[in-house]
Amino acid sequence: MNRSVLTVVAGCAVLAMAAWLLAMGLTGGPEDYVERYAGQSVTARDEASAVPVKPSAPGPSSSPSSPESGQAAAPAPASEPPPRSAIPDNEFGELVRQGERIFADTGRFAGDWVGNDLSCQNCHFDAGRYDKTASLRSAWPMYPAYRSKNQHVNDFAERLQGCFTYSMNGKAPPRDGQVIQALQAYSFWLAKGMPTGEAPDVRGYPDVGDPPEPPSFARGETVFQENCALCHGEDGQGRKATGGGTGFPPLWGPRSYNWGAGMHRINTAAAFIKAAMPLGKPDLTDQQAWDVALFINSHERPQDPRFTGSVQDTAERFHQHQGQYGKTVNGQVLGEHSPPSGTVP
Amino acid sequence: MARWLVILGLCLLFPTAFAQQSPGGAPAAAGSCVACHGPEGQGSGAYPHLVGLGEAYIRRQLDAFASGERANAIMKPIASGLSESQRQAVAVYFSGLSPVPADAAAGAPPDGPGRTLALHGRWQQDLPACVQCHGPGGQGIGEDFPPLAGQPAAYLEDQLKAWRAGNRPAGPQGLMGHIAERLDEDDLKAVAAYFAALPAAGEAGDD
Repeated sequence: MNRSVLTVVAGCAVLAMAAWLLAMGLTGGPEDYVERYAGQSVTARDEASAVPVKPSAPGPSSSPSSPESGQAAAPAPASEPPPRSAIPDNEFGELVRQGERIFADTGRFAGDWVGNDLSCQNCHFDAGRYDKTASLRSAWPMYPAYRSKNQHVNDFAERLQGCFTYSMNGKAPPRDGQVIQALQAYSFWLAKGMPTGEAPDVRGYPDVGDPPEPPSFARGETVFQENCALCHGEDGQGRKATGGGTGFPPLWGPRSYNWGAGMHRINTAAAFIKAAMPLGKPDLTDQQAWDVALFINSHERPQDPRFTGSVQDTAERFHQHQGQYGKTVNGQVLGEHSPPSGTVP
Repeated sequence: MARWLVILGLCLLFPTAFAQQSPGGAPAAAGSCVACHGPEGQGSGAYPHLVGLGEAYIRRQLDAFASGERANAIMKPIASGLSESQRQAVAVYFSGLSPVPADAAAGAPPDGPGRTLALHGRWQQDLPACVQCHGPGGQGIGEDFPPLAGQPAAYLEDQLKAWRAGNRPAGPQGLMGHIAERLDEDDLKAVAAYFAALPAAGEAGDD
């Protein structure tokens, strides 16, 4: 009798040890986690996504945690995208690299489809790797998806085409062409280890709190001049690098995102700014983020590509959200004096 | 040291001359700079080049040398010897020079942690890539973000150390202080070596 109890206890211990070792392998283990994040600021969000599997300490008294002990736990989402050094040296890897180049310097590597001075990574940092700025690995597993913006189910290729039409103020590259294929390969590769069809913790921009006061253009202007103008210019038109290369992106005007881009929404811009701006030192309050988001998005920018011929009609059909299109700011109706959209070379 | 005493002496002996403008546009005050920074501001040895730096940036540095906020035994007496208008004239002069063609022999920087930091940053620590503010190839952006390409490695390393130690003002919005504190010794050596190996302003590499 005693002997069979001992056997059961020992068997449980072996199973627990095996489960623990399995979990270590899947998560990289606590040592790996500590090494990677030692001394770095890790938000609760990062932590949650980094170590969702918390193995219990193995011991003689522990037993498999669930009654369905034969079933392995769901694998944890990858804590970070694979390193650049892991891109394979083959044709697929070359397409992935091409995707990263396009994402990082869009005008240079996909210039035929770009109508402004922006690159994808202006809003999705570190070539789409940074989880606080709508990383590619968090987007890839969520498509195909229904989008109210165009009222049908979009696959990832069509979603990317939308970025070119709106955020890049350009034209949609063909879905079977090199640009979309490369960007898809790159996104797919970054999303290694992410569960398909489950909204990851790191999706989109982190939520920004509601502003204590309604956003104010005047306060936003002050925030802008004190925190943003150094890089984006007092006139918001960005700065060219020495020699004419990509410098800091314009935030409004003819070379910025158009009135159909997601970033023209005050809530989207506020969330991005709160999470990521000023670059490397995001320390604005919620109120400041909302104020400056309103200020930036209260300036003219290229026309909405869905323009029907009337600002009022376009606003009614496509702008039932937190945006300034069609509203009067400083005596001018925004959208009435928009530069043209889709100004590809 | 003797050279610095000579330069200091020149500054003290001929203060009025510094405000004068030569027909070519170089203020006489710039004369005290060229011994180390080169006649075209191209730098020499361990002395950084000035060409490609923005007017506001140069002026801010001269003021900081003079006040001691930017601690530098060589530059303090020189900057202190210049009047406000002389500092401004020097800043205008050097910021207006055309970049000198790069040394064709300059090698491409090696792959490694310096290159990674320079081109990609380290976003797990909210650390942006150097080139996001200093421009592609480290060529600089506008008045406030100086070129790094081709500056002496020791100079770049010293600046990062100075920010960490509080011996140099962290610049507009305190940006560089915030960045330098997230770099360790290996990081700053690697990133300084990377930019030092790049061709200087006006000769962007194809990176």
